[in-house]
Amino acid sequence: MTDSELIQLLTPEGERLAHPMYPLDDSEVDLKGLYRDMTLVRRVDTEAISLQRQGELGIWASLLGQEAAQIGSGRALAPADMAFPSYREHGVAWCRGLEPEKLIELFRGVSHSGWDPAERKFHLYTIVIGDQTLHATGYAMGIQRDGADDEAVIVYFGDGATSQGDVSEAFNFASVFNAPVVFFCQNNQWAISESNERQTRVPLYQRASGFGFPGVRVDGNDVLACYAVTRQALRAAREGQGPSLIEAFTYRMGAHTTTDDPTRYRIASELETWKLKDPIERVRVYLARSGQADSGFFEKISAEADELGARIREACRAMPDPAPLSLFDHVYAGSHAILDAERERFAAYLDSFESEGASR
Amino acid sequence: MTGKLTLSRAINEGLRRALESDDKVMIMGEDVGKLGGVFRVTDGLQKDFGEHRVVDTPLAESGIVGTAIGLALRGYRPVCEIQFDGFVFPATDQIVSQLAKMRYRSRGAVSLPVTIRIPFGGGIGAVEHHSESPEMFFAHTAGLRVVACSDAAEAFTMIQLAIESEDPVIFLEPKRRYWDKAEVDTATPLSGALPLDKARVVVPGDDVTLLSYGPLVRTCAEAAVAAREDGRSVEVIDLRTLSPLDMPTIAESVDKTGRCVVAHEAPVFGGLGGEIAARVTEACFYNLEAPVLRVGGFATPYPPSRLEDHYLPDLDRILDGVDRTFEF
Ligand SMILES: Cc1ncc(C[n+]2csc(CCOP(=O)(O)OP(=O)(O)O)c2C)c(N)n1
Ligand SMILES: [Mg+2]
Repeated sequence: MTDSELIQLLTPEGERLAHPMYPLDDSEVDLKGLYRDMTLVRRVDTEAISLQRQGELGIWASLLGQEAAQIGSGRALAPADMAFPSYREHGVAWCRGLEPEKLIELFRGVSHSGWDPAERKFHLYTIVIGDQTLHATGYAMGIQRDGADDEAVIVYFGDGATSQGDVSEAFNFASVFNAPVVFFCQNNQWAISESNERQTRVPLYQRASGFGFPGVRVDGNDVLACYAVTRQALRAAREGQGPSLIEAFTYRMGAHTTTDDPTRYRIASELETWKLKDPIERVRVYLARSGQADSGFFEKISAEADELGARIREACRAMPDPAPLSLFDHVYAGSHAILDAERERFAAYLDSFESEGASR
Repeated sequence: MTGKLTLSRAINEGLRRALESDDKVMIMGEDVGKLGGVFRVTDGLQKDFGEHRVVDTPLAESGIVGTAIGLALRGYRPVCEIQFDGFVFPATDQIVSQLAKMRYRSRGAVSLPVTIRIPFGGGIGAVEHHSESPEMFFAHTAGLRVVACSDAAEAFTMIQLAIESEDPVIFLEPKRRYWDKAEVDTATPLSGALPLDKARVVVPGDDVTLLSYGPLVRTCAEAAVAAREDGRSVEVIDLRTLSPLDMPTIAESVDKTGRCVVAHEAPVFGGLGGEIAARVTEACFYNLEAPVLRVGGFATPYPPSRLEDHYLPDLDRILDGVDRTFEF
């Protein structure tokens, strides 16, 4: 693909660009806020990885390298918009006001998500690849039926996910029904060990045209471009112009998860190339160079990140295991004879150990 | 050659044998090539047999099984890897509606020798969808053979027998046992191996029959040792095959012991234990001293990993089942 296809408003060198279709004035966006968001979620990520290494978490899926894609799109959401994440969207979670501790809970093995999606306007993490794209489309069909023209939906998925039938079905449903949904594909170049060429022969954003809606490729490491492109796509969705696909071209700088070893399948130089395109560094350079932020600002954010890291560490270590009998909770809305009997029997079984212990 | 191998390695060796002995055998799945699979079961196979035979597929389970069916129609013998138990469901339409029924629908004209390998079960501290026991969805589907290996020695021969089978085979691998080592006899020809449709007595005993498969076979063997200290002689049988069930082996044991306990990680409700209980009752009714008891997962989704030790039948829960069968 030619570079002109890639929408960019801030180059890796920290140079500010204008784009005819995505005008964005610095006054329209809180770039310092975006810098803060990205820095803090990166700290959440670093902290979680080390907690996993220390045995406090079962696993962690790192967002390293994808901060701009997630924060740019996440901050473009209006409060009423609904977001459907996959399992790596810690940055979007942050934008929706979900406490990082909730994510820690999930990866520690304390809950299966456990927040209220309606309250957060942020659906549960979906681990089965691609499933959530249909949920988002259906939710958007509901918005349409409600005539709620101030709401839109965004759904996140990966490059690998585009191979799933469900994702193609979601594209088609959304198109046929002109549903107000933005498909946000973070193309981080890898699906565990498989590179893009195993998933697609055309640039992913071009898939959209076959389904009859617009698709664009944005520099996924450029927080301003991600913000501008997503804002416009959501606006179009709210205005009744139907779905669109955004391919955020980015890079998974870390391992797939903490159990993965990328040295088995990709060369180190690739990472080095992408490090030069770091999503946070370019914002720092631009903020400093344009005089929008001084060293005091950066020190303040860095101190805030330290505090956040410490807070997460403590919260994680203090997090109690769920009570054994809680495993029977919330399976059904009402009582269920078989389940209830099993709970009762298991409670008695656990008690038998306690009384055994007491008599000793 | 005989030596100690991990279960993961033993399957790898079995796959290698199959690839060597039949050039129609193929391996396909997500991350099975360069990475060698997330559990390294296919480690090194792409390097040795090429990208045409060991195929990293697009990320789509329905696609994997659907194209495996097409390849089988064309004379190939695909071995599909489903990365984790919880991800087989996108492929269930292809498995249940197509793979299982093609022979029947073609009045025997079509054979689909497709093997679907599924790492199954819990106990590894994973997130959702990585610890499930979906075997009964498939055992309930006519046209599929469903087997579960329990240790390295078994896995080595069973995977080869599964690939040789003219029927589609759901091949379940106990993921929390992947790194358990056992002596594996790689010298004896496959023709000398215990057939795929046979169960196997793992620990002989006289007082009670303990049936299991996959990851819990080891736990049951440990339970037998513990029970011996209490003066109870437990016969442990590794079912190996869930569909069909090897009823003669099971009935012979229960006729001798008069007691039977079935243990599996899958929920008790609608689980294999119920089917076995009914069949044992029919086959051994006059020799039974107690009803067949079941120890298994609860009627809940698989819980968050910090609760899985409570969900999974462990040594104590299995021994509790054994004890209860003596209360009648
Ligand atoms: C249906 C399904 N199959 C397999 C998996 C195992 N798996 C987890 S992540 C992953 C790769 C996903 O790649 P991509 O969609 O690019 O997202 P990324 O992890 O790069 O963010 C796979 C194969 C899964 N979670 N769900
Ligand atoms: Mg990816």
